[in-house]
Amino acid sequence: MADKYSADTIITETQKRISNAFDVFDHESNKTVDVREIGTIIRSLGCFPSEADLHDIIAELEEEEPTGFVRYEKFLPTMTKILLERKFRPITEDLLLQAFEVLDQQKKGHLEPEELTKYLTQEGEPFTQEEMDEMLSAAVDPDKNVILYKDFFH
Amino acid sequence: MKTTAFIANLFNSSLFISDLSRVLLKAMKAAVLIQRWYRQYAARMEVRRRYTWNIFQSMEYADLQDQIKLYNFLGYLMDNFTPSSTERNLISHIFRENEVCRDAEWERYFSYNNITVPDIYSGPRLTFPLDMDQAAHLVEAFKNKQQLHSRYVLQLLLETWKLLRVLPNINRVSTCHSKEITICGDLHGQLEDLLLIFYKNGMPSLEKPYVFNGDYVDRGKDSIEILLILFAFLLVFPGDVYLNRGNHEDHIINLRYGFTKEVLNKYKLHGKRILKLLQKIFSWLPLVTVIDQRVLIVHGGISDTTDLALIARVDRHRYVSALRPPKKKTPSRTNVYADSERYDEMIICKNRRGSLTFPKPFGARESFQRRSLQDFSSTVARTLGEEFEVRRRQAEFSLSSFSKSHRILSSALSSDSEPESSEFTDTGNDEWKQILDLLWSDPMSHDGCIPNEVRGGGCYWGPDVTEGFLNRHNLQLIIRSHECKQDGYEFCHNRKVLTLFSASNYYEVGSNRGAFVRLGPDLVPYFVQYQATSMTRGLSFPQNVKRTEHTALKVLREQLFVHKSDLLSAFQEIDKENTGLICLNDWASAIERVLHLDLPWRVLHPQLVSSTTDGKLDYHGWFRDLALKKPSSEHIEQTMLETLYRHRSTLETIFRIVDTDNSGLITFEDFRQTLKLLSAYLKMEISDEVINELVISTDTNNDGSIDIDEFMEAFRLVDKSRLERGKSLLKLMQDNQSLPQETESPQTVYSTAPQTSQCPASQPADPPVSNTTDSACSQTANPPASQTGSLTEDCPASQTEDLCHISVVVPPQ
Repeated sequence: MADKYSADTIITETQKRISNAFDVFDHESNKTVDVREIGTIIRSLGCFPSEADLHDIIAELEEEEPTGFVRYEKFLPTMTKILLERKFRPITEDLLLQAFEVLDQQKKGHLEPEELTKYLTQEGEPFTQEEMDEMLSAAVDPDKNVILYKDFFH
Repeated sequence: MKTTAFIANLFNSSLFISDLSRVLLKAMKAAVLIQRWYRQYAARMEVRRRYTWNIFQSMEYADLQDQIKLYNFLGYLMDNFTPSSTERNLISHIFRENEVCRDAEWERYFSYNNITVPDIYSGPRLTFPLDMDQAAHLVEAFKNKQQLHSRYVLQLLLETWKLLRVLPNINRVSTCHSKEITICGDLHGQLEDLLLIFYKNGMPSLEKPYVFNGDYVDRGKDSIEILLILFAFLLVFPGDVYLNRGNHEDHIINLRYGFTKEVLNKYKLHGKRILKLLQKIFSWLPLVTVIDQRVLIVHGGISDTTDLALIARVDRHRYVSALRPPKKKTPSRTNVYADSERYDEMIICKNRRGSLTFPKPFGARESFQRRSLQDFSSTVARTLGEEFEVRRRQAEFSLSSFSKSHRILSSALSSDSEPESSEFTDTGNDEWKQILDLLWSDPMSHDGCIPNEVRGGGCYWGPDVTEGFLNRHNLQLIIRSHECKQDGYEFCHNRKVLTLFSASNYYEVGSNRGAFVRLGPDLVPYFVQYQATSMTRGLSFPQNVKRTEHTALKVLREQLFVHKSDLLSAFQEIDKENTGLICLNDWASAIERVLHLDLPWRVLHPQLVSSTTDGKLDYHGWFRDLALKKPSSEHIEQTMLETLYRHRSTLETIFRIVDTDNSGLITFEDFRQTLKLLSAYLKMEISDEVINELVISTDTNNDGSIDIDEFMEAFRLVDKSRLERGKSLLKLMQDNQSLPQETESPQTVYSTAPQTSQCPASQPADPPVSNTTDSACSQTANPPASQTGSLTEDCPASQTEDLCHISVVVPPQ
């Protein structure tokens, strides 16, 4: 039972995963997706690219004359490479916890919604208001009205 | 701002600068990290939301296929049983027109005067003519879950019928006097959404004209209330309320999709009369509305042959149902057909008397029928055989639009030598097609116009057809409904076609928003989106997604279980060595081959498959996981159960058709016949013993008749119908969050999603009913601490307590 998966199998499985994820966003069933959905598709396959990373990838995927759409024939090889090379690895929980702790300057053990909002909408690769609202709705403890970030991690 | 002041102060001290910049850099890096992480999480939620939507749309597609199965089955009956056979007579009555009397006689039938309203009745007591206060009072009463007494229902419907009869086929509206017109799409019995629209937009009035674009009934549980409200406002403001007919304003469709059932349940004594009156009202609803001669509002859409001039001329009330051909025009022929109907009626009565174990009590309807029998019995033009021949051809013709196999037949019919029928098919066919196209069509993205085989009526029309149609009629926009859209509305065909859907949470709570649109004299659409959130209060956005997904997956698992036999064969074909294992790729392709649902199975598999060993799935074990209970009777085979379950909608609809007096009961004999018919059609053996067992197990009142509801219940299906979504959602919330049980129905919380910017004017701030912040989902309940863990990985999807199971309870003999 040693080498169950040959390299070929892995590649085929990977490509089928990519194909499925692509299909979810291929609304007209013509093997194209809106370029604005590329980020979502890549992330749904388990990658954690930054916005800057995505920018570069999209530049690679677009046609010479940008149509606003990305074709599957271009997406597949690029995405296969990303997955096989394990680019944009997940962020470890330790690192993430540290990140929250950095923002929690007063070492309170939690973050106020306003604090988090300030950082995430002004620093780094800023959130849109919509993204911020969504995150708050998921992250804020409604009783205490704070973000108990330690609870996100096991 | 504090940070900048802090920085400014610290620039004075260079000692701290390097520390500070390190801190700032750290903060920035931390932010980037958190943003990267959150965006990934949000993307995964988005994908789940998307494929959940795909699942619902596939289910709807599959459900529409069911409808076509029904039509095909009825066609099969017409083809394969002789005119005199009792089986065909079970259902041929729905193809009869029995409008043999003048309107005056119908008004007598619908008379409400002898219905007394008891003193204890606390609902609205209407006086006619209605005024605005009464209409508003009616809305308030329904909001408080009151029911309007049948006397007032009949009175209101009668007045509505009188009004509709004088309205033209094409409503013409104008935005002069700077009036903004509000347009709403499908409501499908969802009263909450109508109340939400009135709350946000105001009720109809002279200053606030409304157009409602059909599909008021079916699926939701308050269809009759919606109709009563809309009709009340129509009566009070006939110049400012416009109603279009939708494809669900059709009594045969209502048999299948729940409206008939709702009325009979709510109005046990007078329900049949109400339904009959509604049948007429539906046929008298106008077909389209045109605003300022520029914007067309129609429920379904158009085809390449749609001609508004022709539409304006048709006798729209002759088209009672999509499944019924129109009666002929000339009066002499009317009498002839009246006779044939009466002959049919006589034969059927005789046969049904023969099949009755116990006589049915004479309701108002039957005595009425008997009277008309005597009126017309004198004129007899044809022999019985000829009558049945014509009847048979009529029935075949009515199905020809819906069944591929009959398409050839219909063209053969039109070239028939018999003068009457060809004349009938030419004009009748043409007009009928025009109406079907208006009520049933859907837009498609490529050019052309093809028959709509998913729905079985109307067509798919392309951007070129839109272009041609708008040019020919000098219009600029088509507003239609008929299809659910995730955001409540959607443009297509180069923004020349707008789909508007006003029933939020249509598939499941959280599945989609509803929308309405306002048009001012500039005819620029201004959209308002909403989502009735009475059930979702206290749930955050990710929980919303999860709950909707949970339902979709449950429905999907049901489908998988129901197709177990076929899937098993498919798996075993691949697993030739009979190891009982199959790899995920093969699993996915096999499922797609069997179910044809075109879903991303590989994306879905983590939710559908709980565990794999070495990347392979033990499929026998998987099937065991899908089913909680095996059928309790060994005699009833798995395949038969599965098949009956799969066709349960068809079965139920046929039962309701057979139940001619709408009593909710059918006789043993009819039940037996129906099952045998279905089994013949499905080429499946149902032995008499099995049928007997089913019959015995479901006849709990021992009176020789079977309660339809009871029979469907006997399948013991954990079936998430929309009528029960409230109950099951509540249970779900309790299971997942340990919320206290709500004994009273929760107050509706109205919240707005941000409007799309079509119009620069901003919407006045409507405060939501409860004190919450103005975000899409508000949190006012008390979720437990686990809610904050919602950003972490999700628990495995398979929880055995709410998987579906099928069992038939057969008492020990």
